[in-house]
Amino acid sequence: MSSATKATPEVTSARSTPVRLEWRVAKVKAVRDETRHVRTLVLDVPEWPGHRPGQHVDVRLVAEDGYQAQRSYSIASPPEVPSVELTIERLDDGEVSPYLCDMLAPGAGLEVRGPIGGYFVWDVSLGGPLLLVAGGSGIVPLMAMLRHYAAADAASRATVPARLLYSARSADDVIYRDELARLATAAEIDVRFTLTRGAPPQWSGYRRRIDRAMLAEVGWPPPTGAQSYVCGPTPLVESVANILVELGHDPSHVRTERFGPTG
Amino acid sequence: MQTEEMRLDGNAAAGILRELFARDMTTAMATCRGCGSSEPLGKLLDYGHGMGAILRCLKCEAVLLRVVHVRDTIRLDASGTAVLSIGVGTVVG
Repeated sequence: MSSATKATPEVTSARSTPVRLEWRVAKVKAVRDETRHVRTLVLDVPEWPGHRPGQHVDVRLVAEDGYQAQRSYSIASPPEVPSVELTIERLDDGEVSPYLCDMLAPGAGLEVRGPIGGYFVWDVSLGGPLLLVAGGSGIVPLMAMLRHYAAADAASRATVPARLLYSARSADDVIYRDELARLATAAEIDVRFTLTRGAPPQWSGYRRRIDRAMLAEVGWPPPTGAQSYVCGPTPLVESVANILVELGHDPSHVRTERFGPTG
Repeated sequence: MQTEEMRLDGNAAAGILRELFARDMTTAMATCRGCGSSEPLGKLLDYGHGMGAILRCLKCEAVLLRVVHVRDTIRLDASGTAVLSIGVGTVVG
């Protein structure tokens, strides 16, 4: 079986005929535990057309009795790698996430459809400065953006300074913690954390929910025309987006993706 | 749990809209028939809660789009949308 053929990423070209979305059976290539409650599935998706950072896929599970459950998951991997990575938070009372996190081993099949989305996407061609604000698992689509950013050449990155503000409950809940530390150095991304339910001793980041004072410190000054992307639980996303606009950011440059109630 | 906490946005409707329109619709601009304001679909509030999409105006909360998948039918009620403006890419000479 061939691994996913990497076609050119889907680009809106002059009057091209849009392609219908098809369900495809992806194969789990590998799994990777990110935190105690979070796992990444590395998928080979046949004839995957490529994607843009921020897009998601739909995943469908069909039980023997025909019962279907469908959920959307943000793509964690950048377009530069051939596999499609989904980082999934296991919700104890979830219908789908426990199955995805507990039952899928390499070799298993999984029905996926995508890539989906176009509003909540960013790539280097859109410029910056770039502000990414994540709450909990909202880091996933933003990580695709950061990985894409890190893969860009130094000259492109020099024109687009990038900052991440990531809110998590505790240090152990920070997904991609080591990789973010590496990217902070290697790709000169300004990475800042805030922990809302307790911090380890000698913690040098913030220790509270994201508020206006924090965003005034971390956000780019509005006259710089920053592109902002906010993702996570609905209350956090709405609070942060409202504050950014209050601080003077152009509302059309503040893009949001709500993940629903706080997990 | 409060409805506000559970609400999503047009990104959550992207899949079913893509099924229907055969292109991404989250950047399409929808003009509210109620108050006249215009926003990208991806930005609208989605109160569908997994039963399809119910996209509401950010300003006046009127329903712009209702999309439901029922067996072999996708039912779209766009009566709250005055205009839907869809970018189709630039023409190459």
